Amino acid sequence: MSVKSVFCKSLFCRSLGLIFVGLFMSLFISNAAFAQPLTEIEVEARAHEVGRALRCVVCQNQSIDESDADLAQDMRKLVRFRIRQGDSNAQVIAYMQSRYGDFVLLKPPMQKNTYFLWFAPIGLLLAFLIWYVFRTRRTTTQLQPLPLSNSEMVQFEKIANTQKTKPVKPNPENPNKETDT
Amino acid sequence: MKMTWKGLIPLFIFSLLGLIFAVGLTKDPSKLPSQLIDEPFPEFSLPDLFDPETQIDQTYLTGQVTLVNVFGSWCVACDLEHPTLRRLAAANEITMLGIDWRDTMEKGKRWLERGGNPYDRVAFDADSVLAISLGVTGAPESFLVDKKGRIRYKYVGPISDKIWRQEIKPIVLALEQETGANP
Repeated sequence: MSVKSVFCKSLFCRSLGLIFVGLFMSLFISNAAFAQPLTEIEVEARAHEVGRALRCVVCQNQSIDESDADLAQDMRKLVRFRIRQGDSNAQVIAYMQSRYGDFVLLKPPMQKNTYFLWFAPIGLLLAFLIWYVFRTRRTTTQLQPLPLSNSEMVQFEKIANTQKTKPVKPNPENPNKETDT
Repeated sequence: MKMTWKGLIPLFIFSLLGLIFAVGLTKDPSKLPSQLIDEPFPEFSLPDLFDPETQIDQTYLTGQVTLVNVFGSWCVACDLEHPTLRRLAAANEITMLGIDWRDTMEKGKRWLERGGNPYDRVAFDADSVLAISLGVTGAPESFLVDKKGRIRYKYVGPISDKIWRQEIKPIVLALEQETGANP
């Protein structure tokens, strides 16, 4: 750090330099950690993560991480064993899937036979929206009055005229006389 | 009101759903299909129950048709199945490998002494290592392994005389006809 202090004198600058050095070193440390055996804390954390993704096959609706069943206990053991052997989380899950099938996965994978499962809700929603838009548009066009044909026009005039002759509102001054419109 | 085909849509949807659910009810969700049919028997190395110093591994299974039977002294349904297996052993019907699953050696041995031991060999799997690699969910579970050491058939639940005769034996006979060209 003596070289550094030539260039940078303030406490802020020095601590910044230290932080950079620390970050740089941590790169190597984390790289080294990959080659070294995993700590038990890491194994535990990853085992929990994997365990939550796997269904306990004898309980049918719990993950092996939360189940107390004997088989779930042994599956947890095996998950830890494989993690210690250097398997990635995905590899451990793939192994279980190769033994127990897709059923062991709590989250159904996206594949040919599950496309319906994954896309049906979105598909139904879209279908409904399309139907809804189509329907409302059709009703609004239907509400626009069509122009009357000639014969209808004649009929309309006739009705309008008879309506005119009927008393709409009695005139208070002269009940016999209609109010003019 | 005018009756149109549109009025029948709810009825149509209802019948369709009813049909789907009716079919769904006939399926038992606890019966999982085996992933391992036609796959080579998983590699394993487990101690022999009667001779813990020696290990049994998958090479034991090649060369003959074998019935691999997962059992445990704690398993009630295995008691039910046991007399059938003993009859098969007495009649020399098939080579049998037992897998004593999630057990203690003493209890496993005592159970076999009391009921008789139908197995040619018994592997001891205390920690479900082989059971999990076989995709076993409960005992008893049985697998037929062909001469090349591939799993060809899986039966979940106790084997009865009738199931053996009607379902399993025909498969055994067919597998025995196959040439067991070993690599």
